[in-house]
Amino acid sequence: MDLEKYIQQIDWQIVRQISFYVFAAITILGAAILLFTKNVLYGAYSLLVAFLGVAGIYVFAGADFIAVTQIMVYVGGILVLLIFGIMLTRKQKTSTDNRILVGHKNRFGAFIVAIPVLTAYLWVIFNANFNILSKNTSGGASVKKIGISLMTNYVFAFEVIGILLLVALVGASYIALKEKKV
Amino acid sequence: MIDIYYYLILSATLFSIGLAVAITKQNAILVLMGIELMLNAVNINLVAFSQYDPNHLQGQMFAIFVIVIAAAEVTIALAIALKIYDYFKNIDLKELNQLKN
Repeated sequence: MDLEKYIQQIDWQIVRQISFYVFAAITILGAAILLFTKNVLYGAYSLLVAFLGVAGIYVFAGADFIAVTQIMVYVGGILVLLIFGIMLTRKQKTSTDNRILVGHKNRFGAFIVAIPVLTAYLWVIFNANFNILSKNTSGGASVKKIGISLMTNYVFAFEVIGILLLVALVGASYIALKEKKV
Repeated sequence: MIDIYYYLILSATLFSIGLAVAITKQNAILVLMGIELMLNAVNINLVAFSQYDPNHLQGQMFAIFVIVIAAAEVTIALAIALKIYDYFKNIDLKELNQLKN
């Protein structure tokens, strides 16, 4: 078949590179829309796009478990919580318009903070020497390794973080309680 | 495999955008979104360096802990935002200036 020959001729390195660029572009685009939009819900959904792009980047870095965790925790949990927060804290409705618009303050301050931070990071990145890093990276699933090290080397941190999450959830539900009028 | 510089540049850009979002927005929940973007940028760095450490995967372990901390942080922050909304009927950061003067 022609198709099989064609598939064998594909340079997978280039394909990987191009799809990395696509995921990076998705991430940056989502974040940029969140930065420039005034509609809060558009911001939330562009944040969804950015999170999905970051999950794709994790897959390229060989972190399949982290990618799935990112989708489950960020997209399934945190983003839904944030949208709940937007819905529950909107101002009193002034018209029949359903949009929730939020203005921007001190754009100039953001500019003079974010641009130097970006420049400094890029300067550091291009001046650092990463050649000492070894190149032998293994493919394959990382789930088993992560499970083993969670239960051996990191078992104390694992327990502590479980208790922390429990305390945070109980505390959050207590803080958000409506006070009873006695 | 992808060169480490691409990950680092992407992460730096994402961090700067998150910082700008956290500074610019007036709504407290949008500020939270900016903070989530910054945490994601840090996670990209950790995971990218973790691929040079395939036997221990310390970066990925740290990324998991960062994700859990982010979840805990966002629940607490949303509870506080709801409380502020109950009190002031508003979470516009410009109008929450009771401590000023």
